Amino acid sequence: MAGSVLEIKDLHVSIEDNEILSGVNLTIKGGEFHAVMGPNGTGKSTLASAIMGHPKYEITQGSVFLDGEDVLEMEVDERARAGLFLGMQYPSEISGVTTSDFLRSSINARREEGDEIPLMKFIKEMDAALDYLDIDKNMAQRYLNEGFSGGEKKRNEILQLMLLKPEIAILDEIDSGLDIDALKVVSKGINKLRDENFGCLIITHYQRLLNYITPDYVHIMMQGRVVKSGGPELAKRLEAEGYEWVKEELGITDETVEQNA
Amino acid sequence: MTVETKLPFDKAYIEQFSNAKNEAQWMRELRQQALEQADQLEMPKPDKTKINRWNFTEFNHELVEGERISSIEDLPADMQVYFDKENIPENLLIQRDHSVAYATLSASLQEKGVIFTDIFTATQQHSDLVKKYYMQDAVQVDQNRLTALHAALMNGGIFIYIPKNVQVEEPLQAIFWQENPQAALVNHVLVVAEESSSLTYVENYISQNAEEETVANVITEVIAHDNAKINYGAVDNFAAGTTTYVNRRGVAYRDATIDWALGQMNDGNTVSENITHLVGDNSSSEAKAVAVGRGKQTQNFTSSIVQHGKDTNGYILQRGVMLESSSTIFNAIGKIEHGGTRSNSEQESRVLMLSEKARGDANPILLIDEDDVTAGHAASVGRVDPLQMYYLMSRGITKEEAERLVIHGFLAPVVTQLPIESVKNQLTEVIERKVY
Ligand SMILES: Nc1ncnc2c1ncn2[C@@H]1O[C@H](COP(=O)(O)OP(=O)(O)OP(=O)(O)O)[C@@H](O)[C@H]1O
Ligand SMILES: [Mg+2]
Repeated sequence: MAGSVLEIKDLHVSIEDNEILSGVNLTIKGGEFHAVMGPNGTGKSTLASAIMGHPKYEITQGSVFLDGEDVLEMEVDERARAGLFLGMQYPSEISGVTTSDFLRSSINARREEGDEIPLMKFIKEMDAALDYLDIDKNMAQRYLNEGFSGGEKKRNEILQLMLLKPEIAILDEIDSGLDIDALKVVSKGINKLRDENFGCLIITHYQRLLNYITPDYVHIMMQGRVVKSGGPELAKRLEAEGYEWVKEELGITDETVEQNA
Repeated sequence: MTVETKLPFDKAYIEQFSNAKNEAQWMRELRQQALEQADQLEMPKPDKTKINRWNFTEFNHELVEGERISSIEDLPADMQVYFDKENIPENLLIQRDHSVAYATLSASLQEKGVIFTDIFTATQQHSDLVKKYYMQDAVQVDQNRLTALHAALMNGGIFIYIPKNVQVEEPLQAIFWQENPQAALVNHVLVVAEESSSLTYVENYISQNAEEETVANVITEVIAHDNAKINYGAVDNFAAGTTTYVNRRGVAYRDATIDWALGQMNDGNTVSENITHLVGDNSSSEAKAVAVGRGKQTQNFTSSIVQHGKDTNGYILQRGVMLESSSTIFNAIGKIEHGGTRSNSEQESRVLMLSEKARGDANPILLIDEDDVTAGHAASVGRVDPLQMYYLMSRGITKEEAERLVIHGFLAPVVTQLPIESVKNQLTEVIERKVY
């Protein structure tokens, strides 16, 4: 078997004592592309953030393992170095830190001290990725995400993905706010990584992304759980018919996360 | 007026000092008068910091002759880091304790009449010129007890003079190196830019007296005549044993610009004032400053732009990082005087707290005496944003490294303004050293 395995079992997550995820089960293996869809407010970003270790989310039950290692025991940076990557729905802006310095620090974080990437090699790799993603070279010298347009932020997330080459990537609405050309470019970047060693979980609302990146599996989230899974055809049906039929089939009236306010 | 403690220096001492330096009569008189005034005047009163227990008045004032060096290579290793070996500045003055150890000024600038020399030589060779500006328009002797004490006891410094219409393309750089751990430095920097001239000047203050206690009393006066442009950079890096009073003042006449970029990296207790008077119409100033507080040090920084002329523009930017048990006050004062119509006064002060025990405060003050103006201020005291840390760490960057990036990023708006690349890098290194 090639690549890594990310196993999410019975994951329960709360924010400020509100349970947002109530038992998510999902396994992503190297070589597999999973799409997670679902109406707004059903816990998709929460799932992604909890796996990465966002400080606001509290895991109350369940487990996440990467190749048998307990992810929930790791610090955020350790998770990343273990092979996880999260392309965020809302990346932070970091004033005063250039995109290029940030990328170099990120790459070096995975390397031993004394074995930092040579500057020229780094610049070559970065320039190649910038070209591939059709990003203006000046962006590398701009402060990280500061003043970036929505689309630029998303491209920047994919730029990081391409340079960091994780084992398992979670991409949260990487397609939102992208114009059609940018969508193609971003898809091209993601597809370039597609091989048996790379697993990916793509959170999206739109079939149009999945036209470019065909998923092996499609999951629907409602009420903080995966309520239905299938193949690419499931996404197509959602695009055509919306979520009503899923709710009817499963007897769900309110698909959002229940708030015990 | 209350007389605080009697000063440990008397007239005879000052006279003997003037004799040793073979000083001009006007300087002798100025010193003697200042000494009398110092006895009467009150200490400066930095807003929200008590300095009554700080020792600013008792110190070893003896002149210490630093050995001359014939090239940068002669400097100790920890001083060499201040230079880019490939790119030794053409115009450089190194003051070692109280004497000049090294001084160069390009032939072309000499031909154009540029003066870049130590203050004692200047008062002898250009007596009238120095007399015209020395503690006249920018800093007055009787501003407070420490300015008067400075005038009485000045024992180092430089004079820079740029004649009319001369553009100095290559920066002038001065290094004030207190090698002797006990010797007090009463340093005076006087910069005069005549009409339509321009200049970039950068200075470093360096000492290594972590244990031995001494005093630095530094005054800078910067005069920008009509349409002159002065770009002033500084990295203050006195060691923990030095108690520092630094007073940097500028006066800008019509269409003139004075921009400051100050790296305030002292390790000892510090009171710093940076005040620019925009006297002429259409003059402008940007006053940018960074500070890092660590250990138990207490610091007070005041950055002020006083706008007298019409259509003037003032912008104050302060950034501070507070570590350990340090305590720091940032005062930003934008003032538009009556008559300063259509002027604009902006300021932003931000403090980043990295320790529970540190104390920091940013006081934004706008004093507006005119109707037809624009003004704005922003101030904040906060901690590192956990979401920024999360984002950086989610790429594998360790907590320490992420914090480092955030701190450098936070200080970058000022650090990047330092005009000389090697000084910018050096400030970055000093910050690095202070923070970790
Ligand atoms: N700090 C918080 N306190 C309480 N509830 C919260 C908090 N943050 C998020 N939530 C709730 O958690 C639920 C799930 O949010 P999440 O961001 O995971 O949804 P999502 O599926 O990603 O939605 P979208 O498609 O709009 O991005 C929402 O109902 C949201 O309001
Ligand atoms: Mg979301």
